Amino acid sequence: MTTPPSSASARETTEGTVYTVTGGDWDEVVQSAVKSDDERIIVNMGPQHPSTHGVLRLILEIDGETVTEARCGIGYLHTGIEKNLEFRNWTQGTTFVTRMDYLTPFFNETAYCLGVEKLLGITDQIPDRASIIRVLLMELNRLSSHLVCIATGGMELGATTIMIYGFRDRELILDAFELITGLRMNHAFVRPGGLAQDLPPGAMDKLHELLKTMRKNLPEYDKLATGNPIFKARMQDVGYLDLTGCMALGATGPVLRSAGLPHDLRKTDPYCGYETYDFEVPVADTCDSYGRFLIRLEEMRQSLDIVEQCLERLKKPGDVMVADKKIAWPAQLAIGADGLGNSLDHIKKIMGTSMEALIHHFKLVTEGFRVPAGQAYAAVESPKGELGVHVVSDGGTRPYRVHFRDPSFTNLQAMAAMCEGGQVADVIVAVASIDPVMGGVDR
Amino acid sequence: MSERDESATNGVPAPRDAGGEVLRTRKGMFGANNGGDTTGYGGLVRTVTFPGESSRPYGGWFDEVADELEGALEEQDLLPSNAIEKTVVDRGELTFHIAREHLLQVARTLRDDPALRFELCTGVSGVHYLEDKGRELHAVYHLRSLTHGRLIRLEVSAPDADPHVPSLVSVYPTNDWHEREAYDFFGLIFDGHPALTRIMMPDDWQGFPQRKDYPLGGIAVEYKGAQIPAPDQRRSYS
Repeated sequence: MTTPPSSASARETTEGTVYTVTGGDWDEVVQSAVKSDDERIIVNMGPQHPSTHGVLRLILEIDGETVTEARCGIGYLHTGIEKNLEFRNWTQGTTFVTRMDYLTPFFNETAYCLGVEKLLGITDQIPDRASIIRVLLMELNRLSSHLVCIATGGMELGATTIMIYGFRDRELILDAFELITGLRMNHAFVRPGGLAQDLPPGAMDKLHELLKTMRKNLPEYDKLATGNPIFKARMQDVGYLDLTGCMALGATGPVLRSAGLPHDLRKTDPYCGYETYDFEVPVADTCDSYGRFLIRLEEMRQSLDIVEQCLERLKKPGDVMVADKKIAWPAQLAIGADGLGNSLDHIKKIMGTSMEALIHHFKLVTEGFRVPAGQAYAAVESPKGELGVHVVSDGGTRPYRVHFRDPSFTNLQAMAAMCEGGQVADVIVAVASIDPVMGGVDR
Repeated sequence: MSERDESATNGVPAPRDAGGEVLRTRKGMFGANNGGDTTGYGGLVRTVTFPGESSRPYGGWFDEVADELEGALEEQDLLPSNAIEKTVVDRGELTFHIAREHLLQVARTLRDDPALRFELCTGVSGVHYLEDKGRELHAVYHLRSLTHGRLIRLEVSAPDADPHVPSLVSVYPTNDWHEREAYDFFGLIFDGHPALTRIMMPDDWQGFPQRKDYPLGGIAVEYKGAQIPAPDQRRSYS
């Protein structure tokens, strides 16, 4: 490692490196501080500040009310998920990746699974029904993620009604997730090869009901915010980033679409059969926070349309896991006396009637499956932008390397370009319009 | 499309031994590397083979991109065979292995040439191949062309002893944080980066956590009366 360019002398001890900090040339520092403008101060916003979306630290140099320089400090939520994945088998990976961007668990899981399936060469064998349910869950997840974005973004402007409405509607979606997967968040429901299990009884009725409620509730945001003069005054021309800036900084998702480019991986590089669904990609040409808000609203409507098409297709029953017994996780989940576990039917089968099933179960649970050596990249359009996964296998039962290209991480780089030269209060609006989730940024 | 793609469609994973690159070998039948192997298959040796160099035609638009890139490099008086170490087509993806000294020029060409136009870089992913002697550290870039709707991969390697790779920030400013991340976790030094500092780990952290020789760590936990060892100490099968 190269030595850091610091003035502190360092020596190695058994306890680690010990730095000796002696008195610096403080007179010089004080003098330069006196010389500069009185109004120029450096403000640390966060990492513990409710309006910085989790543990994001913004370092702002302020001259009066104007931000002259803005920097992000990240890493406060780094949990080493990518490293941990290398010590678990391929199926266990979903349990980790679902916790990255915790507002978009289904996108993380699906992107990861698409990557693993590409490595296995089984992309074509994924049953239709599994893909449809993946799409259904992802689109509902897009709704819930956008709702949180709009809700927290509104709260940061002081619009508490939007916050209450947003979380109210998100709760309805999380209820549906709970019914389908057993959990409100961190589902680990999408697995390499398909899904953990099929929709439970009653899910279709519940989803139809949810669709109806959401269709009724969504226009409320329009009525509340879209034409609201205060809301517009705070959002318009704030967080400006034009197409050139977006391309250079690699911004994707609503940020890119607010600059007028209708780039959406669901259209340009479809996966999970998105090419067969009928939906629009909304764009705006304002390049600002208000445009991003409008895009999110419209995307929610489009998502509802896709969900409706999914429900129509789901009337036909089918498998939700690949037929290959050497990959498909055999067990079905059921709630027993001691909590969620393998269903009694499955245990009866493997212990009583099918030795082959027992062997497959044993091999998959203890070893996992092997994935041929090589690398693959899979990307999905998450609510925040391009969520890419680079998976590398060395032919073993565990990933050799998994890298997530999280859209929050990439888009957050645009913060400085959006905020410098603007007002302090507008920093909050700009950051909210990027919609960063620190779980995804730091991983 | 290539032979490999055809064989993938009938449900059988493509054969890995044909023309691949052997990285290392694995012993035993079940891949258990701690605890005694009582199966009698302990002497089995299998090779770990990564997809090797592909030959023309690559199939689909891959040939077009390769032709355009080679042509554009020739125009700049750079012999393509010097810049492109090898081209791999695997699982429907095109990978150019680039010599690190030419990475910047290749990336700029890929971005600016109208027939190539890879405008969007999705960042860099580091990979540490401990057994790939002399080229242990790999930096992998995925470039997306919105104009043509294409995706390619660039891969450069550097030895552990000299972990230098040119920075692509001047071509793709989005790589700023991505390169800091790869430096933080793999110790890849991106020459020309405006401020290559740690981004996730604390500034005074020692070592590079995602290298393969860096231990995961962790402590044993007790669950229902049994001791469960730390994740990297558990019995595992590779």
